[in-house]
Amino acid sequence: MTNEKIREFIQKAIDENRVMLFMKGTPEQPACGFSMRTSGALNELGVQYAALDILPDPRIRQELSAISNWPTIPQLFVDGELIGGCDIVTEMYETGELAERLGVPQPQAEPEAPTVDAPQSAPLGIENRLS
Amino acid sequence: MPTAQELKERIEKALPGAKAEVEDLTGGGDHFRAEVVSDRFQGLTRIEQHRLVYDVFGAEIGGPIHALSLKTSPPQGTS
Repeated sequence: MTNEKIREFIQKAIDENRVMLFMKGTPEQPACGFSMRTSGALNELGVQYAALDILPDPRIRQELSAISNWPTIPQLFVDGELIGGCDIVTEMYETGELAERLGVPQPQAEPEAPTVDAPQSAPLGIENRLS
Repeated sequence: MPTAQELKERIEKALPGAKAEVEDLTGGGDHFRAEVVSDRFQGLTRIEQHRLVYDVFGAEIGGPIHALSLKTSPPQGTS
């Protein structure tokens, strides 16, 4: 697997999934608090999204950051555009901007602490598709 | 190992006129939270605002600075 192929795979994931989250771990088992909060916000909104674990190969993160010009993980893309990492997504979740951007209603419950509910879609398996 | 004070000084030096409050979240010199107010942020998206701050540290983000949580805004009353 060349770096070029990894980059193509990442770009394809961004292009083909309206809501695409790159994270450490999976929505079911986030491997970092920042990734957990970000996928948690999406789960709270009940929006369909694809998620990709960047941990299996360090080159995934390297190539992703080269594409996005963004240094940290998680990274959320909507309609092919980088929305932000945990800070921006959390802030936009709290203000209702994220719901608006995704075209879903803002949950009525306390928006301060997104919890990790069951994700709405299965994560992409990079190990299957990159091998 | 960077300190919160060092990060504050570097942000304020790189973005003249900016006010930065930096907190070392764990006391371990690797997880920080910064609130930055700068008129350079005027008219920029959040992504662009955060990039300006991340750019101050370059490859140190994800390296020695494991995490830098950001909250950015232009000065009050001018946005």
